[in-house]
Amino acid sequence: MESMGILNPSSLSIKDLHWRILWDKDKCTLCGKCTAVCPVRAIEPGVHRKRVLDVPVGLSVKPGNVYGVYHGINQVTDPSRACTGCGMCSYVCPNDAIIPVTNEEIDKLRFHVNQDGEPRRRGGRRNSSESLLDRIKFIRISMLTDPALDAGRHEFELRTLLGRILPPEDMIKAASEHAWIPPVREIYPLIIGGMSFGALSPNMWEGLQLGVAYLNEELGMPVRICTGEGGCPPRLLRSRFIKYVILQIASGYFGWDEILHALPDMKEDPCAIEIKYGQGAKPGDGGLLMWYKVNKLIAAIRGVPEGVSLPSPPTHQTKYSIEESVAKMIQSMYMAWGFRVPVYPKISATTTSLAVLNNLARNPYAAALAIDGEDGGTGAAYNVSMNHMGHPIASNIRDAYLNLVKIGKQNEIPLFAGGGVGKHGSLAANAAALIMLGASGIQTGKYIMQAAGGCVGSETDRCNICNIGLCPKGITSQDPRIYRRLDPEDVAQRVVDVFRSFDSELKKVLAPLGRSTSLPIGMSDAIGIDDRDVAKRLNITYVV
Amino acid sequence: MCRLFAVTSEEALSPMVAIRALDVMKEGHDGSGVGIYMTDLGGDLEPFKGSPILSGIFTQEGIKKLDRYMMELGLLTKYKFSIRPNRKPPEGTPRRDVYLIRVYEHPYEWEGLSDTEIATRLMQIRVDLRKMGEEDQSMMVFSFWPDTIMIKEVGDPMAIAEYLGLDRKGLKARIIMAQGRQNTNYAITLYACHPFFIQGFATMTNGENTAFIPIREYLTSRGYPGYMGYQSDSEVFTHILHYDHNILGLGLEEYKHIITPLKDEELLRHPDGTFLKQLKHCCRFLTIDGPNCIIGCLPDRTLFMIHDSKKLRPGVVGGKPGMFAFSSEMCGLDKAIPSREKNYEFQPMKYDVAFVDAARMEVKRWNQWESLTHPH
Repeated sequence: MESMGILNPSSLSIKDLHWRILWDKDKCTLCGKCTAVCPVRAIEPGVHRKRVLDVPVGLSVKPGNVYGVYHGINQVTDPSRACTGCGMCSYVCPNDAIIPVTNEEIDKLRFHVNQDGEPRRRGGRRNSSESLLDRIKFIRISMLTDPALDAGRHEFELRTLLGRILPPEDMIKAASEHAWIPPVREIYPLIIGGMSFGALSPNMWEGLQLGVAYLNEELGMPVRICTGEGGCPPRLLRSRFIKYVILQIASGYFGWDEILHALPDMKEDPCAIEIKYGQGAKPGDGGLLMWYKVNKLIAAIRGVPEGVSLPSPPTHQTKYSIEESVAKMIQSMYMAWGFRVPVYPKISATTTSLAVLNNLARNPYAAALAIDGEDGGTGAAYNVSMNHMGHPIASNIRDAYLNLVKIGKQNEIPLFAGGGVGKHGSLAANAAALIMLGASGIQTGKYIMQAAGGCVGSETDRCNICNIGLCPKGITSQDPRIYRRLDPEDVAQRVVDVFRSFDSELKKVLAPLGRSTSLPIGMSDAIGIDDRDVAKRLNITYVV
Repeated sequence: MCRLFAVTSEEALSPMVAIRALDVMKEGHDGSGVGIYMTDLGGDLEPFKGSPILSGIFTQEGIKKLDRYMMELGLLTKYKFSIRPNRKPPEGTPRRDVYLIRVYEHPYEWEGLSDTEIATRLMQIRVDLRKMGEEDQSMMVFSFWPDTIMIKEVGDPMAIAEYLGLDRKGLKARIIMAQGRQNTNYAITLYACHPFFIQGFATMTNGENTAFIPIREYLTSRGYPGYMGYQSDSEVFTHILHYDHNILGLGLEEYKHIITPLKDEELLRHPDGTFLKQLKHCCRFLTIDGPNCIIGCLPDRTLFMIHDSKKLRPGVVGGKPGMFAFSSEMCGLDKAIPSREKNYEFQPMKYDVAFVDAARMEVKRWNQWESLTHPH
């Protein structure tokens, strides 16, 4: 802004921003690293005038002022370049001279992030710190008749099933007649949820795949990872590691040309096919890969031109209704792999989940249902979708499970829950709570981004620029100058760390409850919450 | 922890054999209840082999309701063996009007019905009577089945046995199961007292089944009228046994594989791994999570013992040809069959099923790693 001020409605001061840069002149070495690293150019080198009081010794010369300049940084207040609070400036500063902090009052920036009539789009998650899952306690500690189990020494079987499971009577009949039995995968109950090649940088993707391969082949943990909607690199499709991968198909069908071409050369079947109908972070909205990130590689894998935004339609447009969509897509996908690969839909949590579930219950091929709650993350979405659309996962998964219990099909269609698991770091506790509410397994993406990639995003609207390809950690960037910051092997190591520690923590939850032989799906007597209404809603114990 | 004792003998025995065994194991239970299951009856009830016997506790009003109900169905009383105590009950034991043991005769309309249909009707009558009794506490019905007696009461087993005169001459059976209850997790209700029974299948358990709620939900959602009750987490063991045999048409080996399946990697090395994996998948909600020692009896008079896969509860089987006993503690076995042959003795571990069939010649063992006897 010029000194005399051209004041327009979107002219903001630093106080009007969400993030303010604190900079310490005395510590600054003027190295320039902070201004160079800032992904949104929110700070720039600045020359400032200063007045220094000059008070000579003695009385002969009167005190006076000396005017000079000093060099430092300026924080830009243009809404398009407002500080995102990522903190990379602090990270690179050799002297801890700079740090972003939130302003004390609610910012005015939020009223101006819709320039040219474009609503704000961003990556990240719902900007709300509440977490019902964190409030669920494990209350049924076996004290009387059970010798306590030892989480460290006892044998545990922490496995779940992904696939349509026949009722026992039908299974025995089919086995005796050597009839077709739907494929079922025995997998680890924590799945790395769909994050696409494109949304994630190549290094991040490679790191995740490396980590998953190590967990399977070296540690014997059958961990699975979903591709998200963006296809799969051709070499991975043709490798034995594809069996650890759940291929996702969504309404844009991105990458499926490549996948279908790879079919004849595939050495192994993929773990499963996930049909994405909805996503918790942006329910009712299709996927979105903004043009910034559609480089040559991404364009090739997805089968699209370079440099164009890739919004998937909200619906699978070739289908008339969800019933038709579910039935036809599931069956065609089964057919593509000779009925050897489980196919299941993923939907965003909604009050209409039960209608979808009941359709699946009648469809003999539906292999599972994944439900993604409002606290799920995304690489790009409209801010309004992320903050205001969607249904909490806890009550949705509970309703779905109890609905299956009512019709006696709780073992036939496994439910997978996602969205906000480990939001505040309690991955194992949140996962265990959802399992006891009725989930057969858990999908998590955001926690993995944070723990394995070092994502700095948070519910205080920190960073959240995954959509424009400028991820300061290189997790969601397609710019090699940025993503080379991330070493795939380090990511892989962190993935392994996450799963090993999750495994230990899950045992630490289950052992005191006396559970070790099987995953405590629907063990609702073990959990409680200090809110009578929530307890009633979830049909669990109210504890104070 | 509850104490368990079961015996199978060529000679019909008084239930006092089991009561005395429980008595020597007394330090493990607090006398909060006793349950007795008797089948392959001898004594006065031996002549009524094919006729259903109703066992339960009734008030005078309950008896009247029962009589009206049974008359309507055309079921006539054939023989009464009921116990009407005429002295003060032991401390802590409620005063009851009648401990009913009554033999009924099928109505003539039932002639020609299949065994399955008769079994369904008998079970439905038991369930209906139980529900009727729950309204005003006038009836508690434990079994309604041929060749079967069940007695349950709150209190110390020996005191109850003396009070009810269980040493009476005509009360004898070749198979007796008894549990001395250590009441821990649920209020003292007789419907929570082991053994549990459904259509010729009976089991009793000690320990705790921590997977109770999902299993209960699974069983109740089968839509089978007999899968109800569940005042105890152990009742599901009986119903799973029934489900395994009568609904799925499988056997004891599969029962073991259903409640304590082998791990995924173990099944890869099992000769029947493919089928067992499928069985494990489709019966996932019936996997128990103990610790438990289960002693049960099948309609073909096979008595068996199975442990959960943690094997944190003891259990021993021993005896001699003609008489074998299953006990949660060695001292119970010592008391019941002091002169047993030690080489028959066996303490099953987590993969084992130990059983004695109706021939009562030996303790048979079967291990989960073995092939199924009737592979599918």
